[in-house]
Amino acid sequence: MRVDEHPILKFEKKNIIHFTFNGHDMIGYDGDTIAAALVDNGIMKFSKSVINNRPRGFYCAIGNCDSCNMTVNNIKDVKTCMTLLEEGMKVENELHEVIIND
Amino acid sequence: MIEKDLVVIGGGPAGLSACKIAAEAGMKVAVFERSFALGGQLVKQTHKFFGSESQYAKVRGMEIAKILIKDLEKTDAEIYLNATVVGLYKDNIITVYQNGRYFKVKAKAIVIATGASEKFLAFENNDLPGIYGAGAVQTLMNIHGVLPGKEVVMVGSGNIGLIVSYQLIQAGVKVKALVEAAGKIGGYGVHASKLRRLGVPILINTTVKRAIGKDKLEKIITVKLDQNWNEIAGSEEEIACDALCISVGLSPLHQLLSMAEANMLYVNELGGLVPIKTCDYETSLKGVFAAGDVTGIEEASSAMVEGKIAGLMAAKHSGFIHPEYEKLENQLNSELCVLRQGPCGEKIRCGLKKVGELA
Amino acid sequence: MIEKDGVATLEMVKSKFPKKEVLFRPKAIIECYQEIPCNPCETSCPFDAITIGSDINKIPQVDFDKCTGCGICAKVCPGLAIMIVMIKNGKAYFKIPYELLPLPLIGEKWQAVNRNGEILDKPCFIEGVQKNKDMTTIVTVSIEQPYLYEFVTIRSKYE
Repeated sequence: MRVDEHPILKFEKKNIIHFTFNGHDMIGYDGDTIAAALVDNGIMKFSKSVINNRPRGFYCAIGNCDSCNMTVNNIKDVKTCMTLLEEGMKVENELHEVIIND
Repeated sequence: MIEKDLVVIGGGPAGLSACKIAAEAGMKVAVFERSFALGGQLVKQTHKFFGSESQYAKVRGMEIAKILIKDLEKTDAEIYLNATVVGLYKDNIITVYQNGRYFKVKAKAIVIATGASEKFLAFENNDLPGIYGAGAVQTLMNIHGVLPGKEVVMVGSGNIGLIVSYQLIQAGVKVKALVEAAGKIGGYGVHASKLRRLGVPILINTTVKRAIGKDKLEKIITVKLDQNWNEIAGSEEEIACDALCISVGLSPLHQLLSMAEANMLYVNELGGLVPIKTCDYETSLKGVFAAGDVTGIEEASSAMVEGKIAGLMAAKHSGFIHPEYEKLENQLNSELCVLRQGPCGEKIRCGLKKVGELA
Repeated sequence: MIEKDGVATLEMVKSKFPKKEVLFRPKAIIECYQEIPCNPCETSCPFDAITIGSDINKIPQVDFDKCTGCGICAKVCPGLAIMIVMIKNGKAYFKIPYELLPLPLIGEKWQAVNRNGEILDKPCFIEGVQKNKDMTTIVTVSIEQPYLYEFVTIRSKYE
């Protein structure tokens, strides 16, 4: 869900970036963090808690809480909230499921 | 090893202000910022700032960030982005991790301006996806134009909770309620008034008891609190929402100072663990200065002034006297006094007394 | 109480208004009820009509003789706490800061709202829309005079 029109901010049209999440094709925009692009695509479950196996969304968006860590281009534990989205990125988490928003 | 006159850790309002003053004093400065952009929390503030003209009152936070960054780029300060300072050592050496590279930097003086992180709230199912820190919601909607949800409840009536609620409405999100555990609104009355005339209920003496949802947030249960912060049985109410924002305060990011064993003190009024420092903003670690929220949670206006003072003092410590040293020293200390002297400054004054900084 | 609910009482609101006779010319009504460190209204006024002083926490005082109702203070106030008010021919005219979408259009009727966020019985009429570079739009509305102390902002187009 993107903001259409904003009373203060101008969201300029940016270049589309193609990436995959758990094997599914998705799009984001130039300047997105991986996390922001995932939220826009309706992804809420980012990781799971180690001890209780409960799903975690992301919380702080600034690199402090470690809830948003995913495997990006085969590198583990990448903070998706602090990492800019790049063309062709392969993003994966352990939850293996994807909910696509219509 | 890279050698600099001054290393500034953190590229937010305090850090940027310190860099500029130190560069003006002739220091070779390097700023290390863990994010991909400078500006700290200012970049997502769409509202106009308070304070006085010298702290850019009436200018929107994101514009203040642009001004500070432009000012820095005019100097010869080196900027390291995506650079996390992972260690601070007693011989004024820092270790940095940047894009897969790990390296060391030695400096004559260091300014720690690492800011703060959001506190969390304990309640049942507080780990459900859809529960965000208020800062995270600001990042999503103001930087990326992504909405966190359609119907939000805000927890906390400090300035951040009040401002982010207003920003959510500006972005087209419905704010169903703002809940505040204390018996009164914590932030500025003018912010609260804006929300009330937009039809947002502000529920005082109320907290979140439980979040409910299968794999993601669907609704919350609120409960009323009595004078002793105990839940009032039977006062539970349900509010359907797909996003919950937690805005219950900030805590200084003290980790580098603690690692280097600076003298620290836990002060509630300042948000958590803060360094003991002299009136020159020097911590107990020789040549290591600190400014901004890491020294106590306050506003960006204070962070900018503190950053300037720390930059001025770090320069003096290293033998670089700013051309306008005396004028700035008086002016900046006076500005801080004025910002803190009103009733809103009571908390910070109380906190600063505990660290021995105010008579 | 404003600290508990964010809503100024009628008494508090009236304390910011001059006598009604003065309002035949537009005047700034500064609804700043709390001491906070802030003074752009004072520094922005071209007529020196607003006084805060060296302690920027003090509550701004308006000299209604000097105030021309130019609206600059309403535009710059970071708290969106200032409106410009005038009475003419049995109607109250307000210039309010507005930072939401959609913007109203001149000639439209819009829902009028009080400080509690409640919609008033009568709608208001959009007399002017002045967009600004700093993105705070000043909307001029008129409403029947009895709503002088109640009206504070607009909500959505009146159907």
